[in-house]
Amino acid sequence: MTQVSITVNGTRHDVDVEPRQLLVYFLREQLGLTGTNVGCDTSSCGACTVLVDGESVKSCNVLAVQADGAEVTTIEGLASGDELHPVQQAFREQHGLQCGFCTPGFVMAAVSLLREHPSPTEEEIRIGLEGNLCRCTGYHNIVRAVQAAAGAA
Amino acid sequence: MIPAPFEYARARSLEEAIELLADEEARPLAGGHSLLPVMRLRLSQPSLLVDIAGLGDLRYVREDGDRVAIGALARHADLERDPVLRASCPILAQTAAEIGDPQVRHRGTIGGSVAHGDPASDLPTVLLTLDADVVVHGPDGERVMPAAEFFTGPFETALRRQELVTELRVPKVADGVYVKFARRAQDWATVAVAAARVGGRVAVGLTSMGPTPLRARGVEEALAGGASPGDAAARAAEGASPSSDQAGSADYRRHLAQVLTKRALEQLGPG
Repeated sequence: MTQVSITVNGTRHDVDVEPRQLLVYFLREQLGLTGTNVGCDTSSCGACTVLVDGESVKSCNVLAVQADGAEVTTIEGLASGDELHPVQQAFREQHGLQCGFCTPGFVMAAVSLLREHPSPTEEEIRIGLEGNLCRCTGYHNIVRAVQAAAGAA
Repeated sequence: MIPAPFEYARARSLEEAIELLADEEARPLAGGHSLLPVMRLRLSQPSLLVDIAGLGDLRYVREDGDRVAIGALARHADLERDPVLRASCPILAQTAAEIGDPQVRHRGTIGGSVAHGDPASDLPTVLLTLDADVVVHGPDGERVMPAAEFFTGPFETALRRQELVTELRVPKVADGVYVKFARRAQDWATVAVAAARVGGRVAVGLTSMGPTPLRARGVEEALAGGASPGDAAARAAEGASPSSDQAGSADYRRHLAQVLTKRALEQLGPG
């Protein structure tokens, strides 16, 4: 076991983890934060996207020990109380989800994208979200949601 | 899919990392975006991972005379954004931006990509095309070798036991393009072509066309002899030995290499 100190959604966790434990399972099973989904399990689909020190990563392909000392943000950490994060609000208003399984990953990828490119073009949004797959193929409204969030932010 | 159990150690210095790598089954871990997927598939089962991600002094891009020096821990996203690289060797910044997707580029490192030795990787082809040097450190100190000597086979490199890639040195090259064909962002290049003007000549490199990144010497010769982009590109698959897989057959790849080489040469334009 290896001792790590990982801050998740503002709360610091000093815990022992097995080195082979993946960050996504640390979040889901050890912390009970099941908003982050496991989709393809091969770092293709992006459903497990979280922020590590503000940047999007696929948490199925990062070891928990690699997040030692880092600040992790999951979908549960975006809203302030009852007030949704602007990207969450935009997904709701623009119907940026169908079955919803890919949504936490898309929202986190979009938050990271808007931090790097606060006013992206439609093309930049599509390219910026290329790491996330929606099996319902609801991409148009996802792009509209990110455009709306960029306008609101 | 969970990797098989392994021991884990964090290196606090390059020297300590080299020491920890004494175990034959130990592997260095940087971003983990090449290594962890193969460990999860149990294609690789190291006994010990030596985490070098904390060696922050290996994460840099800086001018070094007529070259640019890139630390092994520079991430793809760093290269994509770096003002020095964008000004002095734009092909490398452009290529970094085409690796995987944003999440992958936030973690993956140039040193990891080079050390992994995958002939389907993008940066190794560009480094080979630019005649870049690979700097490695091991128990006996530093060795510097041209990229052409570094990539020796599929997932095989000139790295000896306990050696780590520490720096890449690339010439300042104003004109260069990387043209990549992949079916999805997450896929490896089915084929990709790098073309750059290096030292007054056009150099051309190929991804996914053999056991290592390759130079398209036939194309280079043809261009040096005054051939048009179309005529030169017809020689793109000479000497290549692509494999067949889900993304395409060997014949398809040979065809694609010609098409993409022509596009790359046209984008590069006359000197």
